[in-house]
Amino acid sequence: MTRYIVKRVLLAVVTILIICAITFFTMHAVPGGPFNSEKALDPATVKALEERYGLDEPLFIQFINWMKGILQGDFGVSLKNGREISAIIGESFPISAKLGLMAMAVAMSLGIVFGSLAALMRNKLPDRIIVFFSTLFTAVPSFVLATLLLLVFCITLQWIPVWDANNPNYILPVVALAAYPMAYITRLSKTSMLDALGQDYIRTAKSKGVSRLKVIFKHALRNSMIPVITYAGPQIAYIITGSMVVETIFTVGGIGSKFITAINDRDYTMIMATTVFLATIMVIANLICDLLYKAVDPRIKFD
Amino acid sequence: MENKDKNLPKKSFLSTQIDLSKFAPATDEEKAQQDVMSESTTFFKDGMKRLFKNPLAVLSIVLLSLILFTIIFVPMFVPYEYDEILKVDGKRDRGAQNLAPFEYSEMEQEFIANGGERFPHILGTDELCRDYFVRVIYGTRVSLAVGLFASIIVLIIGLIYGSISGYLGGKVDLVMMRIVDIIYSLPDMLIIILLSVVLNEVLVFKPGTILAELGTNMISIFIVFGLLYWVSMARLIRGQILSIKENEYILAARSIGAKPTRIIKKHIIPNCLSVIIISVALQIPSAIFTESYLSFVGLGVKAPMPSLGSLANAARDGIMSYPHKLVFPAIMICLIVLSLNLLGDGLRDAFDPKLKR
Repeated sequence: MTRYIVKRVLLAVVTILIICAITFFTMHAVPGGPFNSEKALDPATVKALEERYGLDEPLFIQFINWMKGILQGDFGVSLKNGREISAIIGESFPISAKLGLMAMAVAMSLGIVFGSLAALMRNKLPDRIIVFFSTLFTAVPSFVLATLLLLVFCITLQWIPVWDANNPNYILPVVALAAYPMAYITRLSKTSMLDALGQDYIRTAKSKGVSRLKVIFKHALRNSMIPVITYAGPQIAYIITGSMVVETIFTVGGIGSKFITAINDRDYTMIMATTVFLATIMVIANLICDLLYKAVDPRIKFD
Repeated sequence: MENKDKNLPKKSFLSTQIDLSKFAPATDEEKAQQDVMSESTTFFKDGMKRLFKNPLAVLSIVLLSLILFTIIFVPMFVPYEYDEILKVDGKRDRGAQNLAPFEYSEMEQEFIANGGERFPHILGTDELCRDYFVRVIYGTRVSLAVGLFASIIVLIIGLIYGSISGYLGGKVDLVMMRIVDIIYSLPDMLIIILLSVVLNEVLVFKPGTILAELGTNMISIFIVFGLLYWVSMARLIRGQILSIKENEYILAARSIGAKPTRIIKKHIIPNCLSVIIISVALQIPSAIFTESYLSFVGLGVKAPMPSLGSLANAARDGIMSYPHKLVFPAIMICLIVLSLNLLGDGLRDAFDPKLKR
C-alpha cells in the first residue's frame, strides 16, 4: 500500500512538472516579447526592462525562476491589466470551486439514484425514460445546453434571475454543468448495479431471507458505487473544462471565464498561470480518486 | 430394430464387442439431416446480423446515411456558397440580413414580383447576408471531416504504438507504457487550448496551399489530437494484443512455423479489429465535441469557413432575436453525436464476444 501511494504521488509530481514545462516552453515559442508594443521603445529601455524582469537570462534559468515564483504562490502579473495573478485567482477560484463542487454533488447523487432505479426497474417504463434522457444528454454540448437554459428560464420565462455577483443564483450554471456527468454516471451506475445484482452474494443474501431493501442498500448499492468513484477523476476534469464555457455564458466571474478571457486577449502570463493552476488541481483530484478507489475496494491488488 | 444382414461377423458370447446386428445403416433422409443447411457464417457476418437486429443501431445508421447524403449532394442544388454574400441581379442585397427561415428580403421580393426565380433561404440568412442553410451544411461537413480525420490520426498512431509495445513486450513495453501513463494523466483539454493558442501564432502557411485553406486552427486541432488522444487507443490495442498473443491458436501457428508477419496479419489483426472499429466509432463524436468546444473558445476553424461549433457560438450574440440560428447547428451536433454514440454502442453489443448471450 505505502509503495503504491509513493509511486502514485511521484507520478503526479512528475506530471505537474511536465505540465509546467510544456506551458512555459510552448508559451515562449510565441514570437514577440512582452515589451513589443505599437510604440517602438528605446532599445536601452527595453534592455533595462528585460534586466529588471530577468528576461535577459537563458530560457532555462527563466523557467527555474518562474517555477520558484509559483511554489511561493507568485504567478506574476497579468499582461493586460497589470494585476497580480495570484489575487485574481484568489478571488475567482472560490466561486468556481463552489459551482464545481455543487455540480459534482448533484451529478453524483442524482446519477447514482437514477442509475440504480433504472437497474432495479429494468425494461419498465421508468428505466426507458431514464435511459432515453441519459442518452440524449450525453449528446448535447454544454455550451448549447447552457445557452438554451439561459434563454428559456432567464429571458423568456424570467423564472430565475440572471447572474448577479452580489446575489448569485447557482441553479442554472449547476444544471448546465452537471447534465453531462449526471447522464454519464446514470449509465455507468445502471450497468454496475445490474452487474452487482447478478452476483452470487446477492443470491446468498436473498436466500438467507434478508429483506429486499437491505439487499439493495447494503450489498448491491455499495458494490455498484466502485466504478462510479473511478469516474470521479475524469468528472473533475470535465467539470473544470466545462465550467469555462458555462461561466462565460452565465457571466459568472469564476476562474474558467477568466481563462477564456485571457485566451481571447492573448494574455500569456495569465494563460500560463491558470493552466498550471487548473492542471495541478486536476492531477491532485485524480490522485485522490485513485487512492480512494484502492482504499474502498480491498479486492484490488496494489501493483 | 434388428439388422438382418448376413455378412456381419458373428459375435461370440462373452465378447464385449458392440452387437452390430442392433444397428441399421442410415437412410438417405437421415443422412440429409446431417448436412449443414445454412452457409457457415464468419465472425463479421454474424456481428452484422446482430447489428441489424438492433433497432437503435439501424436507426442511427439510417440517420447518418441521411446526413451524409444531405451534406454531399444538397450543396449541388442550392445556388449559394457558404461564403457568398447574397446579391440580387449583381447588386448587393443589404436587406438580406438575419432573415427568418423561408423569408425573402425586399429586393428579392421585388425581383420575384418582376418574374425572377429565387431559391428560398431554407434556414434564413446570417448577419453578413449569407444563406444559413448552406452554412449549416458546410459546417456539418467540416465538423464530420474533423471528427473523421482526427479519429484516423488517433487510430494510426495508437495502432502502431500499441502493437509495437504489445508485441515486443518486456522492457520496451514497460518504457513505452510509462510514457503513455504520463501523457494520459495530462489534462488534455487544457493542453489542447494551450497548444492551439501557441500553434495559431507559430504556424504560418503559404497562402494558396491546402494547408492555408484549412487554416492554422484546423491543423493545430489535428496536431493536438495526434499528440494527445492516441494514448487510450494505444493502451486498448496493447491490451488486446497481449491477451490475443497468449491464445493457443497463436502457439499452434507458431509451432507449425508461421512467420511473425503472418501471425500478425492473419491472427492478431482480425481478432482485435472489432474492438478497433468500435473505439473509432466512439472517437468521432468525442472529436466533434472537442472541435465545437474549441470553436466556442475562439480557437476553431478559420472564418469564413463554418463548423457546427463556430455557427452555434456565433449565434449566441443574437440569441434573443434569432434563437433558430443556435437551434439548427445545435440539433445537427446532437443528431450526429447521438447517432454515432448509438452506433458505437450497437457495434460493441454486436461484435464484443464477451457480451454475447
